[in-house]
Amino acid sequence: MNYNKKVTLFIQCIIDGIFPEVGFAVVRIFNKLGIGVECPAEQTCCGQPAFNSGYRKEAKRAAEHFMEVFGEAECIVCPSGSCVNMVRNHYPELFRDNAKLLERAKGIGVKTFELTEYLVDVLGLEDLGSRYDGRITYHDSCHLMRGIGVKEQPRKLIRKIRGAEFVEMKDSDKCCGFGGAFSVKYPEISTAILEDKVKNIIDSNAEIVTGCDMGCLMNIQGMLSRRGLPVKTLHIAQLLAGQSI
Amino acid sequence: MTRIATENYREEAIKGINDPVLQKALANLQMRLGRGAEEAYRNLPEGPGLRRKAHEIRMNAIENLDVLLELLADKIRSRGGHVFFAEDADAAVTYCLETAQKHNVRLAVKGKSMITEEIGLNDAFAAADIEVAETDLGEYIIQLAGEHPSHIIAPAIHKTRSEIGLLFSEKLNIPYTTDPETLTRAARKALREKFLSAGMGISGCNIACAETGHITVVSNEGNIRMSTTLPKVHVAFMGMERITARLSDHDILFRLLSRGAAAQKMAGYVSYIGGPRISGQADGPDEFHLVIIDNGRTKILADNEFREMLCCIRCGACLNMCPVYGEIGGHAYGYAYTGPVGAVVTPLLVGINRAKDLCLGETLCGACKDACPVDIDLPRMLLLLRAKLADGDEKWNVKRENTGEKILYGIWSEIVRRRWAYDAMLNLSREGLRLFTGKEGMISSFPFFLKGWTDSRDMKLPARESFMLQWKKSEKQKRVK
Ligand code: SF4
Repeated sequence: MNYNKKVTLFIQCIIDGIFPEVGFAVVRIFNKLGIGVECPAEQTCCGQPAFNSGYRKEAKRAAEHFMEVFGEAECIVCPSGSCVNMVRNHYPELFRDNAKLLERAKGIGVKTFELTEYLVDVLGLEDLGSRYDGRITYHDSCHLMRGIGVKEQPRKLIRKIRGAEFVEMKDSDKCCGFGGAFSVKYPEISTAILEDKVKNIIDSNAEIVTGCDMGCLMNIQGMLSRRGLPVKTLHIAQLLAGQSI
Repeated sequence: MTRIATENYREEAIKGINDPVLQKALANLQMRLGRGAEEAYRNLPEGPGLRRKAHEIRMNAIENLDVLLELLADKIRSRGGHVFFAEDADAAVTYCLETAQKHNVRLAVKGKSMITEEIGLNDAFAAADIEVAETDLGEYIIQLAGEHPSHIIAPAIHKTRSEIGLLFSEKLNIPYTTDPETLTRAARKALREKFLSAGMGISGCNIACAETGHITVVSNEGNIRMSTTLPKVHVAFMGMERITARLSDHDILFRLLSRGAAAQKMAGYVSYIGGPRISGQADGPDEFHLVIIDNGRTKILADNEFREMLCCIRCGACLNMCPVYGEIGGHAYGYAYTGPVGAVVTPLLVGINRAKDLCLGETLCGACKDACPVDIDLPRMLLLLRAKLADGDEKWNVKRENTGEKILYGIWSEIVRRRWAYDAMLNLSREGLRLFTGKEGMISSFPFFLKGWTDSRDMKLPARESFMLQWKKSEKQKRVK
């Protein structure tokens, strides 16, 4: 299988609708690496919101659409850990009673990669020749780290960014309290967890908090903005693509 | 009666969040025990992978429960012990009460046990006018204060030293002090008197062994050993799932249990009990009763999606890593079992609708699975419980929780299959949300069901053009060039 000539982009719905600049940062990274980019314009959402809330029939419909759109792709790359976790680990569960679709789901799962996983594990890259001046801290998104086991890859990439100083925050691997619908259904609990996260970010003295999932980053940004705190949230693709502050 | 207050999850959670003493205690506990257990697993000679092996051992036992329990019962009976299989909480409580009454017991001493909380033993004894004294220091404090435990292993973490000082000076008639040693001595003195005068000792069972026919109980204070050896009658309770086939399994399980529960290599006191004292033995009760409790477990056993939950050894490790438990504490869970284990097992025991907030009010971060010494996939089962709430379920007698939400997701599932419709939805929501947009394109007050977000957070307004739209345009331009 040829994983390093051309990639098919799978854009998380949050990036698609709210943070398109992150999607274009990913495109710039691949352009710089000389890797061809395709992006099926029919894609929408992987179905994770419905699945996490228990609506499996509805999630299945989204998943079927996803598999139609991406079925022929050779190598799928997505700048979101939780979406990759959905496709790789939950699609097989959704289709476990349908042998044909199950096989298809598994087939798609093995050729779907999270962005930093793709760059470090598949391409064997750590230094993308990017530059970003500032002190950076990193938040481990839960589904990225525990679901698909990506923990060191983003750190390796950040450490090689010129001008960047990488600082670990306390409890970087602790949940930010987003949890999708949880954040609006149980806002008090979600907020309490997020407060701890924001405190650890502030205590790290970083100017930028980065991560590999806009869900978490949107949550963190939400509180930083509300409280007028001077830390910026940027997706790791934006750092690697060298976007300046 | 068993206390079930799962309906108050949200309310009690908010109380916990606003309790500064609890907050400090929880942060401390998670730091010490949660991170400690992580480290302890890493330092295992076999590595954290041993948790998987333990899972297999437990699952194997669960698959053969009927045989193993019979073996255990036969062995205990052959040594003169009594074994009673209790179908539900009532049967278990009644058996124990009748045994106490037969022996004219006025006071029973009890070692910490979750299952007696589950079946509401203390309340039943109180109603029958028999005193039950908790002998674990934390449980003793909680009992004096007339409260319920908030953590499986550290039941009194929500109490400060000065609260305990006040409580002891009032209940134990000692001068007020906050010195832990003096307080512990006072408790020890009071408890020693109880141990010596109690007519019955009550304990749980950490794990039983079919091969040798004994139960194993562990503690760090030695109180369980005293509860099970000093009084004339010992009644032990165990959930019917708490057994393994071989003694060699216990080595792995207790090493993991001690690490998960308390970041220890092994608990301070480990007792193996297989029946009453035999002649010539210095210690031990004259009568030994083992009550093996079903109370809803057969139903869990019969469902292969939830069967895994019976692997649980109630160590509390998942609480110590859970971000939600870390904020709200144990009381919100409204039942004997708190934290992630409670979020899965309580709905299965008391009713999924009734305990819906426990499984919906979690972030699905997955930290509990990594913390669990027997590697139980709690997040998988949380998702499954949510699926039952979303669509209803006959087998578990679940009613659909939210028809409105079901309809919305139904519409959503049609929209996501059609990009044009999806674009229209994005546009519509953007235009709608524009009305709520404040400084720098950030929304700071959402309407309706989204309001919870903006109570503490802003959100960026959706982009004027989605990524896909911009991408399509740029591709078209490329082609024109
Ligand atoms: S689920 Fe696992 S970690 Fe939690 S109490 Fe049970 S055995 Fe311990």
